[in-house]
Amino acid sequence: MWRIGTVVALCDETSTARTITLEVPDWPGHVAGQHVDLRLTAPDGYSAVRSYSIASAPSLQPQFEVTVERMPDGEVSPYLTQVIAPGDQLEVRGPIGGWFVWRSEQTGPVQLIAGGSGIVPLMAMIRARFSSENRSQFRLLYSVRDGESIFYKHELKALSEDKLGLNVTYVYTRKVPMGWPRPAGRINATLVANTTWPAVLDPTSYICGPTSFVEAAADLLLAAAMKRDNIRTERFGPTGERR
Amino acid sequence: MSVISRGFSGRGNAETANLPPGQYLTTDFPVLSAGPTPHIPLDRWEFTIRDEKNALLRRWDWKSFRELPTESPTVDLHCVTRWSKLGTSWDGVSLDTLLSDVHADASYVMAHSYGDYTTNIPLHELKNRKAWIAFRFDGKDLEPEHGGPARLLVPHLYLWKSAKWVRGLQFMREDKPGFWEGLGYHIYGDPWREQRYSGDQ
Repeated sequence: MWRIGTVVALCDETSTARTITLEVPDWPGHVAGQHVDLRLTAPDGYSAVRSYSIASAPSLQPQFEVTVERMPDGEVSPYLTQVIAPGDQLEVRGPIGGWFVWRSEQTGPVQLIAGGSGIVPLMAMIRARFSSENRSQFRLLYSVRDGESIFYKHELKALSEDKLGLNVTYVYTRKVPMGWPRPAGRINATLVANTTWPAVLDPTSYICGPTSFVEAAADLLLAAAMKRDNIRTERFGPTGERR
Repeated sequence: MSVISRGFSGRGNAETANLPPGQYLTTDFPVLSAGPTPHIPLDRWEFTIRDEKNALLRRWDWKSFRELPTESPTVDLHCVTRWSKLGTSWDGVSLDTLLSDVHADASYVMAHSYGDYTTNIPLHELKNRKAWIAFRFDGKDLEPEHGGPARLLVPHLYLWKSAKWVRGLQFMREDKPGFWEGLGYHIYGDPWREQRYSGDQ
C-alpha cells in the first residue's frame, strides 16, 4: 500500500547527502534498520521507485527521516538531494525488512560496522538505543573517505562523549584529519581486534555498506571467531562498488 | 492516488518497456545477502534431494554433478530491490535433469543453502526448462559473492528465489515460507505481477 508523504524538513549532512523528514499521516511505525520505498511520479506519468534506509529512531510521531546520498549518474538521488523542497509530496511504501533490524527488546552488546552511507540504518539503531530504556553497549566502526564525508558527525560525537554506551571509531580511507594516529587505509584485522567487541562477549553485528566493504568486514569478523549467525549484513545496490 | 512530484522528470528511457513493473535496468551485478558469504571447498560440496521426511533421494558430489549434461541459458534477472539485468549468460544443470526419475508426493520444495538460507518454491516452477543449478556466469566460474560454487537459478521469479550457495532441495506437501518469505517478502515472488512483499496480490 502506497501512502502519501509530505516533506517537512531538509538537512544537509555532507556536500552530497541530505536528510529528508517525511510526514505520513497514517504511518504505521518502523523498527530500526528497516527501509522504505519512495515513488516519484513525473507530470507525464513516468514514475521511479527506490529504496532508502530509515535514519530516525522508531517514534510515535507519523514522521521518519531518510538520508540520501547523491549518485553522480542517479535518476532519483539528484532530485531528492537537490530539487525537493518542504511541502513537496511523494509516495511511500513500507516499512520493509525484518532481518537487518535492532529491536529495543534485544539484549547484549552490539557491533555496528558502516562503510560510507551504510551508516544510515545503523544510525537508526543507535538512535533507537538512546531513545529507549535499553542499556546495551554499542560500538561503531565507521569507514569514511575523509572527515567531510561523515554523516551525523555532531550527534555521534555527543552520544559517544557521554560514555552512555556508544563507542565510535573512524577509519579514513582517503584522507585523515590533522594529527590522526593512523595513515589512511581500509579496515583490517588489527583494527577489528583493537576496536570491536571480542567474540567471547557474543555481540550481534550489523554491517552495512558497499558490497566489497561488507564482504571484507564480514570476513574479518569471521576470522576473529565471531559466530556467523550473529552477523547481519546489508549491501548496497548497483552503485555499491563506486563509493 | 498518484501524486506528482514537482520538478521530477526522471530518465524515462524506452527500454523500461521490457521490464516488469517497478524495475529499472542496471548493467552491474549487485549483491544482496543476509550474512557473511560462505566459502565452500569443492571437495566438501554436495547437492541433495530429500523427501518431506528428510530421507535422502539423490546426492551428487561436485564430480558427479559436473558429469551431468549442462545447458547454457541466457536469462533476465529481476531483483526485488528493483534492479533488473537483461541477457545474462549462465552454465548449469537443468532441474529437469536433476529431478528426472525422482518421484515425490509433494507440490513444493524448500531450497536449502550453505549458510542456512532457505527459500520455498512450487515444484512445477522448477520444471520444464525454467530452472537450473548454475555454476558459471558469463563464462567464468561463479564467484562466491554471487553464490558460487553453485546457485539455484529460477529467473522467472524474483532473484531471492535463486538461492545462492545451494546445497539441496527438500520436498514439501504444503507450502512453507523460507527465510525472506518469513520476513515480509511475498510467498511466490512473480516479478511480472509485482509480488514483492507479503500482502501484494
